[in-house]
Amino acid sequence: MSQIVLKGRKAVGGTAEGEALVTKQTISTWGGVDAVKGIITERRHELRGQSFAGRVLVFPSAKGSSGWSTVAQVIRLAGNAPKAMIIGEINSLTAIGAVVMQVPTVTDLDQNPTEVIATGDWVKVDADKGIVEVTKKG
Amino acid sequence: MKLTRDEQDMLEGKEGRAKQRAMELLVQYGEALGAERFVDTNNVHLLIGFYPYPQMVTPRDSDELISKFLLDTDERIVVDRVKSFNTTHIWAIDLERWQVMEASESLHELMEVIKKYCIRTGVSITATCTPYQIGNVPTKGEHCAWTESSAVPFCNAVLGARTNTEAAHSAFAIALTGKVPLSGFHIDENRLGTHLIDVELDVNDVLEWYLLGYFAGEVCQLAVPVYQLKHAITPNISMLKALNAAGASSGGVMMYHIIGVTPEAPTLEAAFGGKKPKEVLSYGPAERRQTYENLNSATDERVDLVNMGCPHYSLEQLRDVARLLEDKKVHENVDLWIWTAHQLKAIADRNGYTDIIAKAGGHLLTDTCPLNTNLFPKGTKIVATDSAKHAHYAPAIGGVDVWFGTMEECIDCAITGKWRGELK
Repeated sequence: MSQIVLKGRKAVGGTAEGEALVTKQTISTWGGVDAVKGIITERRHELRGQSFAGRVLVFPSAKGSSGWSTVAQVIRLAGNAPKAMIIGEINSLTAIGAVVMQVPTVTDLDQNPTEVIATGDWVKVDADKGIVEVTKKG
Repeated sequence: MKLTRDEQDMLEGKEGRAKQRAMELLVQYGEALGAERFVDTNNVHLLIGFYPYPQMVTPRDSDELISKFLLDTDERIVVDRVKSFNTTHIWAIDLERWQVMEASESLHELMEVIKKYCIRTGVSITATCTPYQIGNVPTKGEHCAWTESSAVPFCNAVLGARTNTEAAHSAFAIALTGKVPLSGFHIDENRLGTHLIDVELDVNDVLEWYLLGYFAGEVCQLAVPVYQLKHAITPNISMLKALNAAGASSGGVMMYHIIGVTPEAPTLEAAFGGKKPKEVLSYGPAERRQTYENLNSATDERVDLVNMGCPHYSLEQLRDVARLLEDKKVHENVDLWIWTAHQLKAIADRNGYTDIIAKAGGHLLTDTCPLNTNLFPKGTKIVATDSAKHAHYAPAIGGVDVWFGTMEECIDCAITGKWRGELK
């Protein structure tokens, strides 16, 4: 099994590991996620119907609504938070969203995480050091 | 982050626990953004009456509630006064006509609790997604902290003021302290265009600007599009509102330029800061047709709800929709909901627009829209709208299918009960 190490920086500290759920599409939590069910609901989203709960969510960043952190907080309160987040290009919505989601989050990586990591890969996130270790599936 | 003396004092609790907690959140937020310092702001558009999952909101003590949901702590923190001038984004329900929406008494009580809290702490109860239509009009270069994805590009691109899309938590903390992390669109270089969009078509009405914005958001995502119009036009407030709302739905467009129109783009060179575009895209008939099809999710022409005023209708739109409804009757199988700001409804009342809409059998409603708390009329399966933003979000939120078209097509549908719109 091949391993890849990505280096970036901490957005929210902590360490976690889990199976990756990867999308190349941006996410709007409000109007794109059912927080209580923990699934993506946006009509034309490639992850529609999939759950991020307990996985490491790898995505480019937030689009859309300013309801991002409101829904992120409900996701956490409902027990549906991902184990960690790897964000290609953090912005205002994903930054405050990660703070209230309270999960280890890294960004600004030396390789594009949505290219390098695939859904099902095992990912270890050390957000304090800004390091992501990817073990490719199979 | 590098903190000034007053910021350090707030963080150390010298100005009370509320400002301390707000600074704690803002430092975490600023570090997540990679910001090096804060900048002062005295213009915040807050998101305080918005609870998309009201079943999760149990405390009815307002200090406990706001501490938990906006300051993100189980500790009960009492806010004295918020520091910054502010307006508020939409609330969960029409604060007066909530029964038309068949909202629960419990949700209405929650809003009353928040209202009292706002009055006590100096939060303005404006309740609109269009602060720029009701008197919050920042000046060029002013540092702001606005929620509402469709209002943010109005602030940045149209007015030349400066904001990122803030969320409920960040905006409240910023209003308490008057401090916003210096990042994103507060910084000159990030405001420059990245993608050139050659607009080959004539964009001369609201529908066309919605289609252009929805196309641009999808292809540009978080980038800064620069529109070069082949056929020159000066878009008005309703058109730019459409462009803004659409680009922030299919994508995350917070800033853009229209060459020769918006204040930071007198020329193509100025829009790109003398650099070359990362990508050059063309918007022509094929892109327009595909975008229209992406927005239309309905197939059944029998419509249950006609929903207009997302974002909240301008005075011009209120006048136009009233003219279309004069001496007309809404079909018995259809609900017609038209949304605007409370302040604009007062003017609609005075000018007779509200009466015309009511006589036709429609409702002029304020403060929110059906998406915010998923309050569609019972049994709604098919919705018609003249908003690309509503067409984008309603399927995921309400489980409904949507027709998207012009204001005229929506009113025709409200009267006949049937969708007869098409892309002309």
